[in-house]
Amino acid sequence: MEKKATRFGYSDALMDMAKTDDRIVVLDADLSKSTTTVGFHKKYPKRSYNIGIAEQNMLGSAAGLSLTGKIPYVSTYGVFVSGRAYDQIRTTICYSNLNVKIGGAHGGISVGPDGATHQALEEIGLMRGLPNMTVIVPCDYHETYKATKASASIPGPVYIRFGREAIPIVTKPDTPFVLGKGQVYKDGRDVSIIACGSLVYEALVAAESLKTEGIHCKVINIHTIKPMDKELIIKSAQETGAIVTAEEHQIMTGFGSAISEVIVQNCPVPIEMVGINDTFGESGTPDELMEAYHLTSNDIIEKVKKVIKRKKS
Amino acid sequence: MKRRELGLELLMDNLYNIKAYPEYPAKLEKEEVKRFCQQIRRDIVVSTFSAGSGHPGGSLSAADMFGVLWSNFLKHKPSDPFWDGRDHVIYSKGHVTPLIYSLYAETGYYNRSLLSTFREFGSPLQGHPANSKLDCIEVSSGSLGQGLSIAAGIAMGLKQDGKPNQVYALCGDGESQEGQIWEAIMSSAHFHLDNLTLFFDYNNLEIDGFVEDIMGIAPIEDKFKSFNWHTIVIDAHNIDEINNGIQTALSNTDRPTVIIGRSIKGKGVSYMENQAGWHGRAPNEEELKIALEDINRGI
Repeated sequence: MEKKATRFGYSDALMDMAKTDDRIVVLDADLSKSTTTVGFHKKYPKRSYNIGIAEQNMLGSAAGLSLTGKIPYVSTYGVFVSGRAYDQIRTTICYSNLNVKIGGAHGGISVGPDGATHQALEEIGLMRGLPNMTVIVPCDYHETYKATKASASIPGPVYIRFGREAIPIVTKPDTPFVLGKGQVYKDGRDVSIIACGSLVYEALVAAESLKTEGIHCKVINIHTIKPMDKELIIKSAQETGAIVTAEEHQIMTGFGSAISEVIVQNCPVPIEMVGINDTFGESGTPDELMEAYHLTSNDIIEKVKKVIKRKKS
Repeated sequence: MKRRELGLELLMDNLYNIKAYPEYPAKLEKEEVKRFCQQIRRDIVVSTFSAGSGHPGGSLSAADMFGVLWSNFLKHKPSDPFWDGRDHVIYSKGHVTPLIYSLYAETGYYNRSLLSTFREFGSPLQGHPANSKLDCIEVSSGSLGQGLSIAAGIAMGLKQDGKPNQVYALCGDGESQEGQIWEAIMSSAHFHLDNLTLFFDYNNLEIDGFVEDIMGIAPIEDKFKSFNWHTIVIDAHNIDEINNGIQTALSNTDRPTVIIGRSIKGKGVSYMENQAGWHGRAPNEEELKIALEDINRGI
């Protein structure tokens, strides 16, 4: 299976957009090699700003640039941008509803050996709680590319999460992408596996394996965490009567919480959640960590079986 | 209700015959500028009285610098708040809404009577400026330390486009205890933002007391100099010094300029001057009466 890191989807889209849209500007905080925007800085030096290791000032500067009609993309690690500059995102950008786009790199535990300080596991929760904010967690390279392009087409703040490691490409360049609309990648009647980001691939693997045991899963990719495609989620809850959510993020405040907020108010069915359980990460290879923190297809399979039992009882 | 009604009555009394112009700068004579600043002060104490809360102290300390800037330097059109040719102003110390809302009212963005709704439920005049409620506000502020970065970003965008518009920012002295202010001071010099002028309202008071007692910031001019800024130190209540300061700032090249305004918190109201307690407190009716007398006399 072809693999590619989602972060390249972000920078490739920026490079392509910049050709025809001179409003696109890029800001970095001394991590342009990691965020992969370094090529943009080289090609468009007048539209690139390296603010240095000063995330708060980077977000404020982006806010100012947006007020002159630019579409600024600020790029740095998700932990730093969502944590260090949270108040700047809240008060200056979201409260003012400014057209600032945030590229949150190194999302999830698969960041690997850098350890817990650099593994963003809380930023979906932090960002989705902010009024006016749109939050996107693409599942692969192509989707990150499309999400980045789509973010420029809507006014207001957008947070795009992408990862460090190469992950399987599950979509095609021509797979449709509509902000705020989820996608059913596999149909099934027994349970809905609703996933985002890197866990979409794991969900597909789990569904294939479960099929051999006679369990038919619907697999849904929800790339836009906010605004959430409530209609699709409610419909699939009604059709399958059970849900498993899967994310590379804290379940608390995160994707599982977001899905359950919709379900409990509209169509209560049993839900099981795969994700980080109120703990920090640690150093290790991405594969070791995904396994140790129960974020693999096997963990999804286990939860599917558990939720089906609950459904029957 | 009584506060609001009395406030409105006082606001409607056009004591200083302030005239609004279709386009600024209006090149007012010195005496006219003084009257403009007097009216701003009057609005500040009446609107905070009317609201029963608010921040008169730091509004009054910056009133002369911003009275001069708004009437005689800032390019803006009250009928078209987002006019392309406008200069930008970012209020990093967002709590000076009594000052900000008065400047808009006195230059004709809306009727002065609106000031009587300051901080009222449903009013566009929020306790801290909100662009979602009042459309002439460029960006919401209120959490300290963020405005200079925004101003720097605007200055970067204007430079990128080769536009001549100027960017002004206002920050408080206590506010410079926020680390982000220094990040922005560093980046503004790094990017050679000579289209950016910062007014540093140096009244030496913050909520808990004297700035130098809470967390010393001195020597502030040396700090800016060492960060490669042009520095100008003025008496923030002397119209000529403010005029000269802004003119010098506009002629400076290659680097941003800070106008360090040595100011008096609560300036113009006898019992508020140099009193930290008047940072965030509104006058009562008796105090308002004294305040208006002080402002009329021009202490």
